[in-house]
Amino acid sequence: MSDRPTRRERYERARRRRSVVIATISTVVVVAALIVLIPRTPGWERVRQAFFDGDVFVETFPGLLSAFWLDVKILVWSTPLILVVSLLVALARNTRSPALFPLRAFAVIYTDVLRGIPVILLVFLIGFGVPALGLSRTWANPVIWGTVTLVLSYSAYTAEIIRAGIDAVHESQRAGARSLGMTSGQTMRSVVLPQAFRKIVPPMMNTFVSLQKDVALVSLIGPVEILRQAGIDKATYANFTPYVAASLIFLAMTIPCTRLADWALARQRARTGATTIA
Amino acid sequence: MTHSPPIRPTDTAAAAPAPKLSLRGVCKSFGSTVVLDGIDLDVGHGDVITLIGASGSGKSTLLRCVNLLEPTDDGAVYLDGVDIAEPGLDPDPIRRRIGMVFQNFNLFPHMSVVDNVAIGPRKVLGVAKSRARHDGLELLTRLGLADRADAYPDQLSGGQQQRVAIARSLAMNPEVMLLDEITSALDPELVGEVLDVIRGLKAEGMTMLFATHEMAFAREISDRVCFLHQGRILEEGPPSRIFESPTEPRTQAFLQRVIDAGRL
Repeated sequence: MSDRPTRRERYERARRRRSVVIATISTVVVVAALIVLIPRTPGWERVRQAFFDGDVFVETFPGLLSAFWLDVKILVWSTPLILVVSLLVALARNTRSPALFPLRAFAVIYTDVLRGIPVILLVFLIGFGVPALGLSRTWANPVIWGTVTLVLSYSAYTAEIIRAGIDAVHESQRAGARSLGMTSGQTMRSVVLPQAFRKIVPPMMNTFVSLQKDVALVSLIGPVEILRQAGIDKATYANFTPYVAASLIFLAMTIPCTRLADWALARQRARTGATTIA
Repeated sequence: MTHSPPIRPTDTAAAAPAPKLSLRGVCKSFGSTVVLDGIDLDVGHGDVITLIGASGSGKSTLLRCVNLLEPTDDGAVYLDGVDIAEPGLDPDPIRRRIGMVFQNFNLFPHMSVVDNVAIGPRKVLGVAKSRARHDGLELLTRLGLADRADAYPDQLSGGQQQRVAIARSLAMNPEVMLLDEITSALDPELVGEVLDVIRGLKAEGMTMLFATHEMAFAREISDRVCFLHQGRILEEGPPSRIFESPTEPRTQAFLQRVIDAGRL
């Protein structure tokens, strides 16, 4: 083979060059249109002052960031709990033994009921209801019951994702494992679940991003996390900029998470798989 | 429908050793479709029995019933004289004695080749991880796959994948091997390497029940050939007789179709 590019390489290079030119032009046109058009709207000046006030941003940002720490703590506690509870619920739904019928029924009712109630209502019901039972001071903490609510609600969704992942593993995999004499438990643990988890990484990450945002709902029962702090700042400064700042803080967490998941998945494919079709 | 226990003619019973595997009146339906309609079959120690017949004649289902992947509706399957088809029996200890190789390999895509081979001994027999890996590598070397041990199944050719699947099965030291159309998913030039492995197993005295469309190979390797048609064994005998002078018109018609298709 000579160093001369092949016909395919020359074609792809030309096509790549063309793509870059087209993408650049269309981006410039769209951005220019936005920059030119948005400030011409009649309300723009008021919106700019109310939402994009640089001074308010600088003054409220540190407070928001430290309030966000509570969101992160709730997230860090609830994520592993959700994984455990949802896996147990998904496995309970997959049991066959008649002795485990109550467990299976409980799992069905659990997912049906908790997926059917808006998270915001659950936060109120559990966050105000459980502490009203007259719990001791430490256990009457709304952060705990807010976290419990998120775990209960998100476990129901996640259990359904895991169950779909289990169902998506082809029956022939189970046949392969069982033909070696592996028990159904060993087959589930060593063969089905590892493949199921790879299949459900994208929907799981989607749910995780959703959870990162829904942590803010805990603010409804008292704790001063970022959403509540932004509300306080909004009232103090009579300005909406703290909400924009809070949104940016959320994005700083959610976007890297999504990218990370995509990267992990691509790496996994490259390691075990053949080539992907363009 | 009732089925009699395995009755052997008294004159041969004294002389012939008990078969390794024997099926008596095995029946299996899926809904209203009868797939196996009273199968009687004896497989002696070290015998290679091939099952031939058109698609849907019940070959695969027969193998799956022997491995208890499908529950039989009626009839008995005796392994060393013990009925393993008895409803309610724990299938796991039985399956570990019977190896099965599938048409589409059914390898575990998330495990490396050597892990695929080692997982059975590790999980089922409780062999230590390093020991299972060592044994697995030895087995892979025997099948000419040592250099692929750390690859993943999707990175192998079909023939290599099927040889890994055979190694995975052999790792359990099975007493009987069930081979379900193991070359049907392979490109023609890859069939040979898999059949070579089966030749090797026969030379070692492995008892095998082999469903196949490879007539030339069936003829070469079988001790007996069974022609299945609509869930029954219509004709059974040594390969020379079945392939050269079949008595059943339907066997003749089937073999004629195979010859017309250029496969014999």
